Amino acid sequence: MRILPFIFSALATAGLVTVLNVQLMIGKSPTPKLGYFLSPQHGFWKNAEKIDAGFDASIVAKDLKGNVDVYMDDRLVPHIYADNDEDAYFVQGYLHAKFRLWQMDFQTRVAAGRLSEIAGADKLSIDRFFRRLGMVYGAEQTEKYINENNPVMKATVDAYTAGVNAYIKQMAPEEIPFEYKLMNYQPDQWTPKKTYLFLMFMSYDLTGRSATADLQLTNTRDYLGLDLFDKLYTNQQDSLDPIIPKGTAFAPASIHPIIPANADSLYLKKKHTTASSSSANATASVEAPDKNNGSNNWAVAGSKTKSGRPILCSDPHLGLNLPSLWYEVQITTPTHSTYGASFPGSPAVIIGFNDSLAWGVTNAGRDVLDYYELKFKDSTQKEYWFNGQWQATTNRQEIIKVKDSADVVENIAMTHWGPTMFDAHYQNPQSMGRNLAVKWTGHNASTGVETFYKLNRAKNYDDYIGAISLWKCPGQNFVFASKSGDIAIKQQGSFVARWDRQGDFIMPGQDSSYDWQGMIPNDENPMIKNPARGFVSSANQKSVDSTYPYYLGTAASFPLYRGISVNKRLAVMNQITPSDMQSLQTDNYNVFAGVARPALNKFLDQNKLSADAQRMVKEMNKWDLYNNGNSKGITVFKIIWDSVEDAVWGDELAGSSIPLTKPESFVLLDQMNKDSNFSIADDIRTQGKVETLKEQVQLGVERATKKLLELEKEGKLEWVSFKSTKVLHLTKIPALSRLNLPIGGGVNIINATTDVHGPSWRMIVHLTDEIEAYGLYPGGQSGNPGSPYYDTFVDYWAAGKYYRLLFLPKAKLISNERTKWHIQFKNA
Amino acid sequence: MKSNTSELIKFVVSTLLSALMAYAIGIYGNLPWWSFVVTNFIIAIAMNQKPSKSFLSGALGIGLLWLTLAFVIDNQNQHILSVKVATILPLKGSFTALIALTSFVGFLLGGLSSLTGSFAKKLN
Repeated sequence: MRILPFIFSALATAGLVTVLNVQLMIGKSPTPKLGYFLSPQHGFWKNAEKIDAGFDASIVAKDLKGNVDVYMDDRLVPHIYADNDEDAYFVQGYLHAKFRLWQMDFQTRVAAGRLSEIAGADKLSIDRFFRRLGMVYGAEQTEKYINENNPVMKATVDAYTAGVNAYIKQMAPEEIPFEYKLMNYQPDQWTPKKTYLFLMFMSYDLTGRSATADLQLTNTRDYLGLDLFDKLYTNQQDSLDPIIPKGTAFAPASIHPIIPANADSLYLKKKHTTASSSSANATASVEAPDKNNGSNNWAVAGSKTKSGRPILCSDPHLGLNLPSLWYEVQITTPTHSTYGASFPGSPAVIIGFNDSLAWGVTNAGRDVLDYYELKFKDSTQKEYWFNGQWQATTNRQEIIKVKDSADVVENIAMTHWGPTMFDAHYQNPQSMGRNLAVKWTGHNASTGVETFYKLNRAKNYDDYIGAISLWKCPGQNFVFASKSGDIAIKQQGSFVARWDRQGDFIMPGQDSSYDWQGMIPNDENPMIKNPARGFVSSANQKSVDSTYPYYLGTAASFPLYRGISVNKRLAVMNQITPSDMQSLQTDNYNVFAGVARPALNKFLDQNKLSADAQRMVKEMNKWDLYNNGNSKGITVFKIIWDSVEDAVWGDELAGSSIPLTKPESFVLLDQMNKDSNFSIADDIRTQGKVETLKEQVQLGVERATKKLLELEKEGKLEWVSFKSTKVLHLTKIPALSRLNLPIGGGVNIINATTDVHGPSWRMIVHLTDEIEAYGLYPGGQSGNPGSPYYDTFVDYWAAGKYYRLLFLPKAKLISNERTKWHIQFKNA
Repeated sequence: MKSNTSELIKFVVSTLLSALMAYAIGIYGNLPWWSFVVTNFIIAIAMNQKPSKSFLSGALGIGLLWLTLAFVIDNQNQHILSVKVATILPLKGSFTALIALTSFVGFLLGGLSSLTGSFAKKLN
């Protein structure tokens, strides 16, 4: 009977090993494999870095042609000095992987629709969305094009890829990043395609709102009818201060797009008739890219600065995440020397400067994605009606691997327009049962990397123009300033020559007359060089006034007020220093409230308000119009304004079962200032009574007061507590994020910091002989949550402070007191 | 008395051997995290202690090894990661609780694997 204790004990041991070696379901999310995760020699403890660890190392990589020296400064920014360009990109890839491997892998998984592979069927709706949108398709086009036509870019991306993989190869199993252990999967090899997928993701992030907005606008138009729609969603922006100053003459258009003869009946005023029967199998919508994805950039000429040299500023506003989208780097080779923010996932510096000039980008916001409604012959989707006959589709298969489950196969019918995004197999709550193909400039092969490659090496204005002329998607406003004194800005991208309102709504897909009739030639894109006013700027507003010969897209894509703020300030500033520019980038003045508050007061009869509401209005009126963190006035103003908007628009939009878009704030504000008899103020639900704007404002304030009293009780009236800015880890796990940051700002503010979104890389470059540059992003150079460099810059960023950036030739950098470590790369 | 001393020495040697072998095999990240189950099993057969002592020496060997490693790593890291993990797991952000949990998992599995070894020895 001696065998029984043995059996029991062996079973208990084996059982415990098994339980500790699988992911357990606790609530909705799986745990890590606990035994593995807790093991101090294998699990997360291995990712807890020594607080005073050094980074000196000597690395042999036989893919290198020469030697590379990397010096890390006290902020863990690498300064790469390479014997040749390819070696520099190899090392950039290696360092990206060393510090950001999980993030690079994760972001490209999102873009490629490969989340289900690691997270299970829960993520299928996201994966299907990106597959059907053609993200992989687009990356394939670019890869093919570059492999066949662009040996220099191919070599660049290949060297970068080899660098990433060299790091992965030498990494011991217990050294894999923390998140792999937490979520229980393994790193993949890097490939050039992943670099292109990452760039596709940026295209989606910056132009992909149309994939949602076009559906919403179509549904809203269908619901309201075109006449009412036009009043609520007007393209008329009275207070626009465009990127290219009003009155600048534009060259006549070389393309004259022709409006289809039947556009009125088949497009603009068409009502949706397809039975929306398939809402039953509709999957959840994928969250659209943040509406506030935008940015500020500007450059001031020497005539306006104290030094007589230009200063360039750039701060891209994007989702705030840990690990950050950005990674600072200096790259110096015999051909060039550049510094700035790079994308882990891509070679070269994306926003930065070199020893001759500086550049920055903001999003152009132009509409480059359209839907076309299809009629299929039958459910096989093998043929669709096009130009009076049945046309064959081709089938594109996308296989989605799903963790703990069978593969899911997406059969995508490829059409003249592009991939069929929505059909009987895939619907979301906004697609209303339609068959929709998507046409997007993001699908076209693009040598976007080359633009940055060339900007990194540019010496002058002509080089800058040459570099950006290659840029296609997402359309950007490239700002420029050089040591030689030039400043310029150009809106560049592959833009559709649209007829008025082409593509605002879903277009008929049965007829090629609705197709894009051409792309606007590069030299007709809006641009300005060395303007008399001494500065150039952009803040995502509409780039041109109505004299520009092409249609840019709906006004909702172009925020109005930040641009006004920037231009107002720059116009009056003189003797500018980098420190003035720091104050401007972090400025919290609310230009919208500056106009909207008096408008509210004009319509408000304070004596008729409740005592509480009177108190709130007083709080609003004594506010200094700055969105500072400790301000209560801004919270009160915001809640009141939103509530008045709801009172005015709410009735028109109520009653729709599908999500509609809210009109832009400028629409109501412009109407209030025109003081017209604004018929929309009437609540259409009350019969026999016509509400005036006055009554709606009164009502809005009373409703807002209820909310405000609640906030006051919870102690959330201060702007920082109300706004609650956070930098979220990519998994959104709170423990890995930074929450409740003490920072002001907001929508319409130059310091565009909202709850999860804001200035993601603040950069200021003073183009003196030895470049004087400042910058930081809300993150840290290490992506490892167990590193002291994980969130190093966050508090500094929130406080509106800057780091002086070290940009020096090798000998000077080695002897600089901020240089801490040396990583040597040798080929043998 | 003499046999007590030799048993004590056996116990101490067994415990140290457990920790040492577990540490050594743990250096090889390609091997599974539970490789010490095998080393403990073999050590228990070789040392041939009473089952209760075998359990305790295996448990203490791994438990103390994991405790020491986790404690040292955590102090060198100034709790940056442990506080985050202790929030996720959830242990209310207590790094002490996390180190205790780590050590307890090692203790329990280390003990069971040595116990199995000592029972195996008694089979013949």
